[in-house]
Amino acid sequence: MSERLHEKLEILADAAKYDVSCSSSGSKRKNHNKGLGEATGSGICHTYTEDGRCVSLLKILLTNHCIFDCAYCVTRKSNDIKRAAFTVQEVVDLTMNFYRRNYIEGLFLSSGIFKNADYTMERLVSVAKKLRTENKFNGYIHLKTIPGASDELMHEAGLWADRLSVNIEIPTESGLKLLAPDKNIKDMIEPMTYLKKEIIRTKEESKIFKSAPLFAPAGQSTQMIIGASGESDKDIMHTANKFYKGFNLKRVYYSGYVPISNDNRLPGIGSAVPVLRENRLYQTDWLMRFYGFHVQELLNDQFPNLDPEIDPKLSWALRNMSFFPVDVNTADLQLILRVPGIGVQSAQKIVGARRFNKLGWDHLKKIGIALNRAKYFITCNSPITDRKDYTEAKIRQFILNESRSKFLTNGGQQYSLFG
Amino acid sequence: MEASNIVFSDKPVIVSYDGTWYGLLTAVFDAYSKKWNVSGFSVLDRESQSDFFAEKVIVVTDELKSQRVWLGLKKKIPKENCIQLYRCYLSEFQGIELTIFSCIKFYFSGFDSPHLAYGNPDVLKINQTSKMVYREKHRMEAFVRFQRTADDLYYAGIEPDFNVIPLLNEHFAERYADQNWLIYDIKRKYGIYYDQDKVEEITLDFSNDAGTKTSVKDVFHDSETLYQELWQNYFKNVNIPSRRNIKLHVQHVPKRYWKHLIEKK
Repeated sequence: MSERLHEKLEILADAAKYDVSCSSSGSKRKNHNKGLGEATGSGICHTYTEDGRCVSLLKILLTNHCIFDCAYCVTRKSNDIKRAAFTVQEVVDLTMNFYRRNYIEGLFLSSGIFKNADYTMERLVSVAKKLRTENKFNGYIHLKTIPGASDELMHEAGLWADRLSVNIEIPTESGLKLLAPDKNIKDMIEPMTYLKKEIIRTKEESKIFKSAPLFAPAGQSTQMIIGASGESDKDIMHTANKFYKGFNLKRVYYSGYVPISNDNRLPGIGSAVPVLRENRLYQTDWLMRFYGFHVQELLNDQFPNLDPEIDPKLSWALRNMSFFPVDVNTADLQLILRVPGIGVQSAQKIVGARRFNKLGWDHLKKIGIALNRAKYFITCNSPITDRKDYTEAKIRQFILNESRSKFLTNGGQQYSLFG
Repeated sequence: MEASNIVFSDKPVIVSYDGTWYGLLTAVFDAYSKKWNVSGFSVLDRESQSDFFAEKVIVVTDELKSQRVWLGLKKKIPKENCIQLYRCYLSEFQGIELTIFSCIKFYFSGFDSPHLAYGNPDVLKINQTSKMVYREKHRMEAFVRFQRTADDLYYAGIEPDFNVIPLLNEHFAERYADQNWLIYDIKRKYGIYYDQDKVEEITLDFSNDAGTKTSVKDVFHDSETLYQELWQNYFKNVNIPSRRNIKLHVQHVPKRYWKHLIEKK
């Protein structure tokens, strides 16, 4: 009995791991009934895998039986692999017992599509419902919504889950047609549209009635696979931007394609996972969400791909030298945020601290600014030591030289595989 | 040199207190109101470097005085910044009391929003130290691994870098409201116990147990081994070998914590 459970867990955890989302933040579920758990804080990574990814949720598939045949997916119908399925009770027991031992923040349940969309969605919903009602579980629940599932089921899912997500997987419609012939973009967009409306509606309701039930309080997210369909960084980030703006998504995840077959439509087994590119995309995502950059400033027809050597903020700064230098003692927060080497927290600290005394290099260094990058773009209360009228190429060279060793040890192995 | 609590001149003094938070706040109160020229703090009954030139004064912990400091602070700075000072106290860093004292003096010096003066070395130091302690608290919220005992207690032993146990009860009491649990600091030899009603500070004497319960199997619940193995198995299978990055892994899960982590055993 326990052996079979071990085997199921192996198969169904292994199949779920390509879904990169493991966030457990953004909800506001309290332990209101003296039950087990809460999901109010900013989320906790209880451990990290050897690939350095956060483990915050028990992330499993309910089953890896699937009627679809998406080329990029391990669980695709035509793949000759071991199949397994958990019972609803097994998932409930695993979640409760892992949670009680402080291993996890909650459950992330996804599934292969068996029989049809509604049948699958119903099973996912019943796990969440059982946890919430019979087991008084108030930890975090993330359910995958199955493309094409009915509005009624989506609604019920929203009542029990903290977050819902549909993975778009391929950022372009042509790519999707090529790689996932059973899927269509409409089936994915429709549930997102429905959820967006419901989330807005229930939020309005809760303003009037304090006791209005929670509905997916941590919102929706989606994921795109990177490097599977020959798309550009511009394709990816402009699609992401549409999701943030058009569907109020909380997060878009970028997952470097891990080769799982020798299908000639895709990078073959042995090709490197584009982790550096993935990192640059996340940096761009952050610039859009927290630094006030518009996607068009970072990626456009003239610059359709990100620079692998330097981060996107520095890259933007070097293309827009007329914008600098910024005087940290007088400039608006919005301007300081655009300086390479200054993060959101440091920018806020600068604005707070400069009321007491004018800030010099020494202060800035202590506050935690990466001066090796920032010094070319700012003026402060100290005399200018290293800011002559360098050209952008020169600055780029200086910064690269200084961070060379780190860059090589981190990215060297991967870099050689790029070519 | 005789210890007393009367200081006659502006001679440097070492303020001796009982090592508690209330004690430290009392010391701050006395030192501030009596305008002592404080050169350092020491904890009673604990060996400390003696300063030949400084006079030693003993402060008697007084809850009223400590309350006055705390409430006074709350009027000057946001609550979060008050808690920062408490976190710094829990860092147990040598000499941190003096930084706390100087920082509180600055907070009372009349500036508007003094907690934002990151250019002031004391304010910056308090911010940075508090951040380290907060990070350790957060780590413990992540790395506590409860083991279910035969008598249905969820037990976890920890050895945090800083004395973070006082910062943990709220989080765990809210989250694990329907189970009895005990989190024990093995290094500092005390812990917190929750009985589904309230959290209590306790100390354990392990020496008496020696010999009575010999096997681990007698101590733990029947299901404990199964779930530990399932967790180890899960941890192994969510890893993506082609993305292996041990440097990052160890950065997030430093080796000194491994011995209490089921998945790293």
